[in-house]
Amino acid sequence: MSNKNEYLRDEIIRISGVNPKKCMRCGKCSGTCPAYDEMEYHPHQFVYMVETGDIEPLLNSQSLYKCLSCFACVDRCPRGVEPAKVVEAVRLMAIRKQGANHMTANDVPEKLDDDMPQQAIVSAFRKYTK
Amino acid sequence: MKVSYFPGCTLKNKAIDLDNYARLSAEALGITLEEIENWQCCGGVFTTSKDEVATKLSSVRALKAAQDKAQPLVTVCSACHNVIKQTNSAMQNDGEFASKVNRYMADDQYYGGTRVYHYLEMLRDLVGFENIKAKVVNPLTGKKIGAYYGCLLLRPNTVMQMDDPENPSIIEDFIRAIGAEPVVYPYRNECCGGYIAMESPEFAKKKSKAVVNSAAKAGCDCIVTACPLCKYNLVKNTSDVPVIYFTELLAQALGVKEDTNE
Repeated sequence: MSNKNEYLRDEIIRISGVNPKKCMRCGKCSGTCPAYDEMEYHPHQFVYMVETGDIEPLLNSQSLYKCLSCFACVDRCPRGVEPAKVVEAVRLMAIRKQGANHMTANDVPEKLDDDMPQQAIVSAFRKYTK
Repeated sequence: MKVSYFPGCTLKNKAIDLDNYARLSAEALGITLEEIENWQCCGGVFTTSKDEVATKLSSVRALKAAQDKAQPLVTVCSACHNVIKQTNSAMQNDGEFASKVNRYMADDQYYGGTRVYHYLEMLRDLVGFENIKAKVVNPLTGKKIGAYYGCLLLRPNTVMQMDDPENPSIIEDFIRAIGAEPVVYPYRNECCGGYIAMESPEFAKKKSKAVVNSAAKAGCDCIVTACPLCKYNLVKNTSDVPVIYFTELLAQALGVKEDTNE
């Protein structure tokens, strides 16, 4: 593993508090994920790719913004790996770069309709911006 | 009994019904919801990363305000409940996080001493469903109601500790208490799509349709929820089954619903 990949892996482990080595590759996280069909990389792949230091593809993938934060993978993992926390850590690593916010205030007006609750806006902002 | 109450951003606007009926019903059941002064928005979703501190301060301040009054903190919105409970748990169990937070808190040090209840937990644990049943004046007899838990009420279970996350019963017990018949359907604890409605309405539509189709197939007359975003997604994307806040049905059953044009 290169120094850079090792750094990225350790940073994700630090931010997430997850130990990817606990994963036994059963795939239940991806099996239960409501965003599975929308994702290029699935929850079990996030865990595996972080463990092996293959992180650049994850940082550049739209999969980061498909996670619904529903915690299904967290609750249903038989090993307590908590894959959603890995996805979150990689997403934060991506959007914490300068100018890398996934959504800005200027994007909001066109996404609104009359009934959309404030909750949708603040939640999206919390996930898509630093 | 008085409890500290955190309404949250949406209950002051789009979900004003969820708030109004919660207050009216609580009064009828002998509980006053005392709104926390100067509360700030919880942010809608909990950021699980251990190094996010500032985004969790609004929850900590609300928790501290409740502790100062020696009251439990009650929320009705599923999202506020999730964020505040997860923040409280982090304050109790993650010393490094608590230490960083308390550096922002000046003389208001906080270490997770407040007990957090969702309104449904308040009904179950502080009022008791049997006592609610005794106070019902308009039982919703014969109405078949599907409980929609979604994701935020139950998960992550290690922190929420509200009910069995895969086979919950708290809303079904509530439905029985107001005289109606609960209908259990497969998708009751699956996600509606949540905030993805902002970015990808089509994706949210798929998720919401799966929930409502599942409820319709099981024979629900209506669906109850505690979450404004669930309600938005289900109502916007489907028309098969009406979606109602659980507090509205409670107010109706207790005879305190002001709008009687049924």
